[in-house]
Amino acid sequence: MVNRILVGAHYGLKDWIIQRATAVVMAVYTIVFLIVVAAVGPDSFEAWRGIFANGFMKFATFLFFVSVFYHAWIGVRDIWMDYVKPDGLRLLLMIATAAVLVGYAGWAVQILWRM
Amino acid sequence: MAEMAIKKKRPKNLDLPTIRLPLPGILSILHRVSGAGIFLLLPFLLWLFQGSLVSPETFASIRSVVAHPLAKIVLLGLLWFYMHHFCAGIRYLLLDLHKGVELDAARLSSKIVFAVSIVLTLIIGARVLW
Repeated sequence: MVNRILVGAHYGLKDWIIQRATAVVMAVYTIVFLIVVAAVGPDSFEAWRGIFANGFMKFATFLFFVSVFYHAWIGVRDIWMDYVKPDGLRLLLMIATAAVLVGYAGWAVQILWRM
Repeated sequence: MAEMAIKKKRPKNLDLPTIRLPLPGILSILHRVSGAGIFLLLPFLLWLFQGSLVSPETFASIRSVVAHPLAKIVLLGLLWFYMHHFCAGIRYLLLDLHKGVELDAARLSSKIVFAVSIVLTLIIGARVLW
């Protein structure tokens, strides 16, 4: 028999794992990006644009952005949960946070695929 | 063992101004502050990124924006936030794997996080912003 003391099933665990998985993606991308920039030494528009025109870097950069936004969602939501006590205001802030982050994701797609 | 320690009745002091945070505590709150700061400036960073990729003209105008002393200070601060969040985050991942959880090791690793993140900020900042 399972003796559950805390109610709820894995709410926290999924976010806990995603927070760390996205962190690893961002950390690896950061190192790759620094190496690429150091190797290319982009001084001109063409060289800078060339980095993100490359298929792999475009994909990796998109993955990085998605990781940033999902990671930010969990982190900022935790901040609202810790400090904002009125339920209505907290809900409003969470919705606003999710809304801007979804918007940023669309913006990032537009930047990368319309350049 | 850990559960026993948690259940024990301990004195509480929640008078924040009188609490002297140890270095790992300062690292921890800065992890949160830096994350919040980066979140708040995401639209500025996306705007810079977009401008840098649209055309040679917008690239040049973004360059002049970034050359402004105020923008340099903001970006240097953001760079430090990023590097702190990055280094402190790696420390937390290691703590999750039970690496360096002893008090001495945790204090030492928080010193390393501050040193490495500040040095990286200065090197990259000097290279990119100045």
